[in-house]
Amino acid sequence: MSGPSTYAPKSGLEKWIDQRLPLPRLMHDTIHTFPTPRNLNIWYTFGGILTFCLGVQIVTGVVLAMHYVANAGMAFNSVESIMRDVNYGWLMRIIHSTGASMFFLAVYIHMFRGLYYGSYKAPRELIWILGVLIYLLMMATAFFGYVLPWGQMSFWGATVITNLFTAIPGIGTHIATWLWGDFAVGDATLNRFFSLHYLVPFIIAGVVGLHIWALHVPGNNNPLGIDVKSPQDTVPFHPYYTAKDAFYLSLFVIFFAVFVFYAPDFFGNPDNGIEANPLVTPTDIVPEWYLLPYYAMLRSIPQKLIGVLVMVGAIVTLALIPWLDTSRVRSCRFRPLMKQFFWAFAVVSVILGYCGSQSVEAAKFGIPLVWVARICTVYYYAFFWLILPIVGLIETPKKLPASIAQSVLGDSAAAAAE
Amino acid sequence: MTATTHDAGTRRDFLYVASGAVGAVGVVAAAWPFIDQMNPSAAALALASTEIDISTIQVGQQIVFKWRGHPLFVRRRTPAEIAASKAVDVNSLPDPLARNANLPDSAMATDADRAVKPEWLILIGVCTHLGCTPTVSTPQSPEGEYGGWLCHCHGSQYDTSGRIRKGPAPQNLAVPPYSFLSDTRIKVG
Repeated sequence: MSGPSTYAPKSGLEKWIDQRLPLPRLMHDTIHTFPTPRNLNIWYTFGGILTFCLGVQIVTGVVLAMHYVANAGMAFNSVESIMRDVNYGWLMRIIHSTGASMFFLAVYIHMFRGLYYGSYKAPRELIWILGVLIYLLMMATAFFGYVLPWGQMSFWGATVITNLFTAIPGIGTHIATWLWGDFAVGDATLNRFFSLHYLVPFIIAGVVGLHIWALHVPGNNNPLGIDVKSPQDTVPFHPYYTAKDAFYLSLFVIFFAVFVFYAPDFFGNPDNGIEANPLVTPTDIVPEWYLLPYYAMLRSIPQKLIGVLVMVGAIVTLALIPWLDTSRVRSCRFRPLMKQFFWAFAVVSVILGYCGSQSVEAAKFGIPLVWVARICTVYYYAFFWLILPIVGLIETPKKLPASIAQSVLGDSAAAAAE
Repeated sequence: MTATTHDAGTRRDFLYVASGAVGAVGVVAAAWPFIDQMNPSAAALALASTEIDISTIQVGQQIVFKWRGHPLFVRRRTPAEIAASKAVDVNSLPDPLARNANLPDSAMATDADRAVKPEWLILIGVCTHLGCTPTVSTPQSPEGEYGGWLCHCHGSQYDTSGRIRKGPAPQNLAVPPYSFLSDTRIKVG
């Protein structure tokens, strides 16, 4: 995709196919010879890991759908039957439920990587925006999926999230009713969420295709954040990065498997072991861990519409980062000031997650957590809307290396290679 | 093909615009059934009314029934709770409207307009913030500062008349349409 194709059909059959459907050419150019910066580190393996996660969720999900019943009266028991009666049903379900958390863990690492190395900056803005879109679709899919077991958290999580729409003045209640297909979350809601939960991952797969396509136009960013200047700066994707991705993927799979086999309920909520009851809300409603920072923002605002806007705005803001960052230098390696604000942002995100996981009246060290969440919410917004534009203008970046090859191989080796 | 230009446009332009317009109308018309199918079905719209026997409810007790898929609070208030509710200045409330389906929309949230018979407070048990079921407060296990309800999801607090007093919820708990069939039976809906 980037530059002229180097594909040369080896046999008559390959030539015949190439003239009709150049799929082998596409594969050759994108995952074989594709010139990739030679200095990509461990954090660049998460793109491949995420593709793996999507595949795992689709395969286990298709299997689970063979045994699951999307009916408010039967859903909970059908999940129990998957866990107890279906051959390897427990394994499929635990891989699927743990896989959601693994997927989000990997996507957060992937996003923070992009943020740290400035991977969203020109000419990669659309890669970043497609990534934000994938993240949104992932949250939607995870939300739909969490409703399906029809436990207490499923039901009340669905109630709270769909009620967010009632904050919209005028038509909000109608939108909520339209989403429910009833006047409250019920059987109609469960059925449509199942349908959408099956659909959206395939839309994600499509957007991932666009994400990778857009990536293959300028090629990968790299930890130095400088452009590829000569073939010396790159290595072919195969075998260098196929091998590196495979190695770190295998470590990731071990990490994944530890949870699947030794802590299958680690990411679960005990309340979801109780069947949905529309008359009793669990004392503490907690969303899945990957949504907690946004949940903390929502709860920290004592006004319904503003709370919802602050939460939605936090995600919309992400799509605008390419234009909020004014720095000429991409990588935080050469941005001494930005690096500190970046790590503060990472810590604030974790604190927000912690606040979201605690009860609404909780306090730590005598400080009400609602105030901690408020301060962190202010920092979250300030980071993107003030720090990113201002630091980019006032900061003096460190000197950038002349090239990737020079940085990796040293001056003499780079010169010798030329 | 010879180009014929007229200020009023050619026959070809007309056909182009007309077919495009018909196509656009057709797409919208075809989309509507796909959107509307998600709205509540005829079965969901056939809303039943419920008759409830309230004779077993003790003073100071709340029992939760189910109505239209929602929790329905029936609370038999103590004289102290009624007095506390009546003592509140309506104009100081975050939501000064009664939100009572039995009264005009403009009715104010006085205690008399929230409960037809002061002893019996009948409410839809859905927090007006994000739809959780608030927890009732009793002298033995208080919930919140106002003796009514506390919603544990996001901390909204309601008083002994079900009016929002503190927290993110924008409105008072809704009063459903109901009537007393006798002293011990009510019909909701």
